[in-house]
This record gives sequence, structure tokens and C-alpha cells, in this order.
Amino acid sequence: MSKEIRLRKGLTINLVGEASKAYGNIKEDHKFVVKPTDFHGLTPKLKVKVGDTVKAGSVLFFDKYSDQVNFCSPVSGTVTEVTRGAKRRILEVEIASDGDMTYESYPKAMAGDLSREEIISHMLAGGVWPFIKQKPYDIIANPADTPKAIFISAFKSSPLCIDNNFAMEGTDELFQKGLDFITKLTEGTTHLTVSGNKGAASVFTNAKGVQINKIKGRHPAGNVGIQIHHIDPINKGDIVWHIAPQDVLVIGRLFSEGKYDVSRVVCLAGSQVENPQYYRTIAGARVSNMLENNVKAGTNRYISGDVLTGKRIEADGHLGFYDTEVTVLPEGDEPEFLGWMKPGFDKFSVSKTFLTYLTPNKKFALNTNMHGEERAYVMSGHYEKVLPMDIFPVHLIKAIMVEDVELMENLGIYEVAPEDFALCEFVCTSKVNVQDLIRHGLDVVRKETS
Amino acid sequence: MKLFRNILDSVKPHFEKGGKLEKLYPAYDAFATFLFVPGHTPHSGTHIRDGIDLKRTMITVLGALFPALFFGMWNIGQLHFNAIGAEYTNIDAFLFGLLKMAPMIIVSYGVGLTIEFGFAVQRGHQVNEGYLVTGMLIPMIMPVDVPLWMVAVSVAFAVIIGKEVFGGTGMNILNPALTARAFLFFAYPTYMSGDKVWIHTGGEATVNGFSGATPLGDLANNVPLDMSMIGSFFYGDIPGSMGETSTLAILIGAAILLATGIGSWRTMISVFVGGYLMALLLNVLAGPESTNELMKTPAHVHLLLGGFAFGAVFMATDPVTAAQTDKGKIIVGFLIGVFAILVRVVNPAYPEGMMMAILLMNVFAPLVDHYVVEANIKRRLNRVKK
Repeated sequence: MSKEIRLRKGLTINLVGEASKAYGNIKEDHKFVVKPTDFHGLTPKLKVKVGDTVKAGSVLFFDKYSDQVNFCSPVSGTVTEVTRGAKRRILEVEIASDGDMTYESYPKAMAGDLSREEIISHMLAGGVWPFIKQKPYDIIANPADTPKAIFISAFKSSPLCIDNNFAMEGTDELFQKGLDFITKLTEGTTHLTVSGNKGAASVFTNAKGVQINKIKGRHPAGNVGIQIHHIDPINKGDIVWHIAPQDVLVIGRLFSEGKYDVSRVVCLAGSQVENPQYYRTIAGARVSNMLENNVKAGTNRYISGDVLTGKRIEADGHLGFYDTEVTVLPEGDEPEFLGWMKPGFDKFSVSKTFLTYLTPNKKFALNTNMHGEERAYVMSGHYEKVLPMDIFPVHLIKAIMVEDVELMENLGIYEVAPEDFALCEFVCTSKVNVQDLIRHGLDVVRKETS
Repeated sequence: MKLFRNILDSVKPHFEKGGKLEKLYPAYDAFATFLFVPGHTPHSGTHIRDGIDLKRTMITVLGALFPALFFGMWNIGQLHFNAIGAEYTNIDAFLFGLLKMAPMIIVSYGVGLTIEFGFAVQRGHQVNEGYLVTGMLIPMIMPVDVPLWMVAVSVAFAVIIGKEVFGGTGMNILNPALTARAFLFFAYPTYMSGDKVWIHTGGEATVNGFSGATPLGDLANNVPLDMSMIGSFFYGDIPGSMGETSTLAILIGAAILLATGIGSWRTMISVFVGGYLMALLLNVLAGPESTNELMKTPAHVHLLLGGFAFGAVFMATDPVTAAQTDKGKIIVGFLIGVFAILVRVVNPAYPEGMMMAILLMNVFAPLVDHYVVEANIKRRLNRVKK
């Protein structure tokens, strides 16, 4: 009973600097970090201290309020630093790799031999649980819940994003192995949604035990939240889990090889990259290796993740836990003389107020300038064009601004995640930080209902 | 431009926290951001942003107003010279109109922006760009002979009572430009209606057979419609408020608004459809024997007359006071068209109903939106029951 969905709303942002389908070589690095800030709402409790020796897969810290959820070291080596921020909040745990990669060993298993509870406890112990995320609230799933369905989006659709068809080539067996375990976590259906635009690689189309859906349309078609909305929407009280395709491989490796191996393929992209391409690396690795002699001159912004939802990092920063892209854009911190009056041969806009709309296929080297200051809401109807959900975005945002929980529930707060509203933020004439607001709304509802 | 940057940078410390003129920061900010799009970059959220901002939006709307504005200037002069029977060239006519209209535009911007800056400084928020358009709309919907002090008073009323008391740009319920016009209309009716105010004669002797009445005024007085004038109704060389007579110029503006995606096609089209259907219905009700000229005026002529087209294109589409939902826009737009014609035809006290219809529907737009949103909520709840 697979579904085919066609989205009419959405937006394609053509950017310069798409990664070529080839793998670059990088030297092995020795500095890795795990950032508790990658996990929204987590209060980490450290299990190691500076100077401890760890293996890949050794627990670094766990969730203070759900102590079975472990967060592990991606490599073997020594804990060298714990960076703390305001109120002693842990920002980063740094590990210096010993270059040997010795793994903590976990039991291997076949999916058929384990019960749901056993799978969960293996995943918790092996540190791969944080890859399972839940909606509502867009946080790490609670292992005590039973989700009504599990969703995997086989592709991403954001600008300059990774192409999973390429990145997961040849991982068919491992992917299926991971799926075998994941599908047992729900009594409902596990949905694997592939792109209807460009087709899917065999790793996805041959997947068994899942319902394969197709979704056609522009970004945010690849967002799992949009797919859930159209396939099996979340109502109050429902819980849905979701996981990214490369993270399925991590789970597959845990059960087939008995080790916590978070190596992954990332794509380095952006107009400031000399030679944008793919790299094989490890979650938490330093990005500077990829960037060495590969970045154009100028003030740059380095992003772990894509241009719409990624996190800003330093040039020697580290890849985030979930991120599969590293993007480098020119900073737009120069004031522009009468910029709002110019014809606009270099500006991208959904509105057709700049001349570039006459050249729809042009690729843009956009910088990070806001192109204006924050204002009260004046224009209407623009968010709706890029949000393919039956939700009134501005009404929901206004409900969040006044923290009216009941209204937020009525208007569909349980179905949304900040990333689904990234395009709304992009097109906003009033330059409102929509993603932050959505996150705030989710936090308010979560606090209020827990 | 380096010069401007240097000046801005050199005076900036005075306006920043701890500076002597700290309180005037919004004023400084307004000038600085007028000259330079600031080099702000996002700290969180999307790392790239759409090129558009409110300034760009408003300048686009201004651009869309220019055809009607320039035509209006020529029309003022042309009407004047014809009324007194003087020889003139098109340049003369345009310059005459320019000289009549420029002071009003200056007063409108002067008074309005002063108040806006005042509120911005007092509240410590940025100056919003909305007034760039409002300030131009207000003179365009005034008769040519309205005194400057009245423009000033109506602008002050519109900005303070129409907008700032609700919290400023984005929060107002009524369209500020129409609020200004409605204020004058009720406070000084003799300056806003009748047959003396639409053509500037300056007290000079007029030619024989001169009438300063607008076509709608004539119809309201049961002067039969002269169908040979329909070309004039469309081009707009007829008496009326300064910027609203030319349906052609307004349609050019509409094309700009629609092509750039700034104006809502839903609103515009539904206003015209609503007006057309209502006029058609009244035609049928009037029957061929009727002596009520307005009632039997053909529907398409109704759309050309008075402020209907101007209201549909530039007033009903005001994004703040219109409905916020797509369905709401269609409903509200349709009702604006219906009420405009209804007021025009049925209420003899007001020969033009567009202003009333838009203001009325501004008030009801949130209610319409409420029901559209409620329907969405119901859909979501029904999903659970299934």
C-alpha cells in the first residue's frame, strides 16, 4: 500500500557549489568532539573526565533524565578537554584519537533472535539510540514509548544537500540489516520515502519490511515531517519515530559487527569551496581537513549541515552528530549602498521584485546577508507558498508568540519541526527567525504537557 | 557612497547605548538603513535569506503607483485648462498638476513620517517602511482643492488613530490611507464631495457649459449616462480624486503588483468579480424601465468609475488590513466589490462606496479569517475521529 505524493508547494534555491560525485581523500585527524548541544533539550551527565582513556563506543555522557540513553566516543583515544559554557553547561567533549581505532565490543545479533525490548536495550547500551528521533517535539525518542509508525526519508532536498543515492551506494546489505531491527521497534508500519523526482538507488528500492512511498516536488519534499504529514499525520497523543538513512547503517553495524562505528559520508559544498565533493569521515571529526587548501579567500561562514538548518561552526570546528553536509558560504557582513533599490542582478527572491526572476535557472552564490532588518508581520501569503502542509504558518507562529498552548495544539504544533519552517524563514519579508520560534513553541508545549 | 558611510559611522557612537542621543537611535537607524542595507547576518536559523525586505516591497508598490500618479498630475492640469478655456500643452498640464500635487505629497510625508519617527523613538523600535506607500496614497485619493492643513490633519489622524494606537505597522485594523480619507469625508464633507472640488479653477471664469461634477456624481443626480464617454472613463481624463481616475494607469500598476507577486491576485480579481456581479444583479432588478441611472448603469462601466479600480488594486490588497488566509482573501475581496457597488447605488448620500466597503471589510477580515482557520482546526480534529 505504498503512497505517491505530489507536492505543489515548495521552493528550489539554485546555489553555486554543488558537490561533484567523487570522493576526496583526507588525512586522518586526531581531534574529535561530541557536542551535547546537538541534542535539543538534553541535560548531559558526564561519565568520563579529562585524561580518561576511551575506546570507540565507550560512553562519554548520558541523559540525566533518561539515564539509559548513552552518548559514545566516536574514536578510541584520550579525553582531552570538556568545554563548558554559561552556567557550566557542557558544550563539547573532546577526544584525542590514538589512531588505532579500538572498539568497545557489543554483542552481535540477528533481528529474528531478539525481542523489541532486547533490541532497544542493545541500542541504548551501544550508544546508537540518539539516532532515533521522535515527533512531536523533534527530540531524541523516549525508549519507553511505542511509536505508531517509523519514518525514514531516503533523500534530502535542501539546497546543496547530500545525495544519498550516491553516498549509500553499495551499502544494500548493511542498510537492510539496520532496517530489520528498526522495523521491529513499532507495531505499525515503517515508511521509507524515496524521491519521485530523480528516482532511488537499489539500496532503497530493494529494502524489505518497509512500505516504500514516493514523494514528488521541490524542497521540503525530503523533510521527514512533510512526509509524515502526508502519509500518516500526527495527532495529539501520537508518537512517530524517524531516523536518517546513514544512521540506519550505524545501527546495522552495531548488530552485525558488534561495534559503535559512526563513520559516514558527508558532502562538502558551497560557493566558497574550490573543489566541492564527497568525503568519508566520522561524526564529530574536525572539518578543517576537508577545507585545507580547498576554500576560497574572503570571510567565510562554515556550516555543519545544510544552508537552511545547519549550525554555524568555526573553520576548525567539528561535524555535528546528525549532519551529513559541510557548507561554506561567503559572509555577507558588508553594508550595501541603497541595496534595496537596485535592480538586483545578483539577488535571489521568491517574490519577483528583482530582475533575476527573468533567469530562473541561474545559480546563485548567495552570501549570508539578511537583506534587511526584522520588522512586524506585514506581508501575508508567502509562507504558505513554501510550506506544503495543511497548516496556517503565520497563525501558528502568532500562537507561539503569545504562548497559547491550546491554540498551538489546534493549529498543528505536533506535526512541525523547525526544519519544516526553514523555507518560511528564508522567504520572510519581515526577517523573522521562524525556526527559533517553532523550537520555542515546541519547548513550551512540551513543558506544559509533561 | 564612501562619504555617506563615513558620515554614518562617525555619528553612530552618539546614537548607541551610552551616547548623547541614545534615544534617537531609531531615527539614526532609519536613515542608515535607508542608505545602506545593513551587513547583518543571521546568528541562528537559515544561513541565507531571500533578497526581499519591507523596503523593497514598499518601493515596488510605489513603482506601481507611479503610472496613476503621473497620469493624475497631467489630468489635474488638463481639467483645469479646459475648464477655464485656456490653451495648453501636455507639458503645461503635467507641470500644473505637479505643482498642485507636490505640496500635498510633501505635507503627507512630512507630517506622517514625523509622527512615525516620534512613535519609533518613544517606543524604541525601528521605523517601519509602511508609510512610504501610505504617504503617497493619501494625496492620490484626495480632491485637488483640499487645503494643505486638512491633508496634515487627516494624515495625523490616520497615523495616530488608524495605526499607532493599535501598535504600529502590522497591527492596524483599518487601512491608514482610507482612514485619512474617511476622516476628511465626515469632518469636512463640503471639501470632499459635490461638484466644486474636483477641478481646480482658482476662482477664474469657466467656459460655458462647464460642470465640475464627476461621472458618478452625475449619475447619482440621475443625469443619464453618456455611453460615448466610456473611453474617457477608461483612460481617465475625467474629474475625480487626484490619482484614481485612470483605469488604464491603475491596471498598469496592477500588472506590476501581480508580476512581482507583491499584490494579491486573489483579492484583486475577487473585488472586480464581486463588483461586477453585484452591478449585474442591480441591472436586472432595475429592469429596462427604471429611472434610477446608477442602478441601470452597465456593470462594466461601474468598474471603470470612481475609486473602484484604485481601491481594488491598491487599497483592498493592503496586506495588513486584508484577510491573511488565501480563502479569506477571496471572500473579503468579493464582499468589498459587492458592498462598494451596493453603497454606491443604494445609498444616495454617498456617491462612491469603495472607501466604505473597504473599511467595512477591513473590520470583518479577521472574522472571516477566524472561520477559515477554524475550518482547518476542525479538519485536524476530524482526522482523529476517522
